[in-house]
Amino acid sequence: MLAPLLTQIAFYLFSAALLAMASGVILARNPVHSVLFLIMAFFNAACLFILMGAEFLAMILLIVYIGAVAVLFLFVVMMLDIDFVALREGFWNYLPIGLALGVVLASELILLAALPTVALAPAPPPPEILQPNIERLGEVLYTRYAHFFQMAGIILLIAMVGAIVLTLRPREGIRRQEAARQVSRKREDSVEIRKVQSGEGL
Amino acid sequence: MPVPMAHILILSAMLFTIGILGLFLNRKNVLILLMSIELILLSANINLVGFSARGGDVVGQVFAMFVLTVAAAEAAIGLAILVVYFRNRGSIAVDDISVMKG
Repeated sequence: MLAPLLTQIAFYLFSAALLAMASGVILARNPVHSVLFLIMAFFNAACLFILMGAEFLAMILLIVYIGAVAVLFLFVVMMLDIDFVALREGFWNYLPIGLALGVVLASELILLAALPTVALAPAPPPPEILQPNIERLGEVLYTRYAHFFQMAGIILLIAMVGAIVLTLRPREGIRRQEAARQVSRKREDSVEIRKVQSGEGL
Repeated sequence: MPVPMAHILILSAMLFTIGILGLFLNRKNVLILLMSIELILLSANINLVGFSARGGDVVGQVFAMFVLTVAAAEAAIGLAILVVYFRNRGSIAVDDISVMKG
């Protein structure tokens, strides 16, 4: 069988790419490059999700994260005129403590995952999956988790309203259409009839 | 999934650590802080989906979807606050965000 080997190769390839891109996000000098690295990281994560059999989630990741969130980041980075060099000050000061903390955290987490003494319970036999991923997800999402699904929608609505309210501002010097003024305008306000003598101006 | 579960967990642990490291290294740049938070949430999602694939239970993916929802809302609100803050103060340095007045 070649398929498991190929899956393994793909998994380690995408994992390595994901970690490299994630490192690029936090190390890049230019925030635009950071955002582009973030997009590549999400793309690799979506590939991993497909390998794990979560196709719908992978597509959501592509659409929502790459299509919306990352592009939002890109807009904000390019819209704000920020001196990013000044913001990078102290990078090397924080590096030792950050690296020390990171090494401790990573070694703890990896030990926990890899130690045979705290090994996971043996995996249940893989159930026979007959339906596509999206059908299984929908059957659960719209029945058992319907309320949570609607709450997620409300959270998104609140986020949208909040973002609009925060960034909306009354701007000076903009001419808007005022329908009431247009409708209440009389003929006498704007038209005047004069007798003009021929050969003379007004 | 012919990959051992431990390797998926290690991958997500390393991604989580990179996210935490990003929080430490870029303490002045709120944009990169927000991106690091996205990385951390992504590592949590990889865990959820990995266990979902291992147990053959789709609920992990449902939960990962809710995490995605919250992450998207957080990014939108965070960036909106960032834009308003930049408009008022002309900077997004974290050190300046210590004055609690309107």
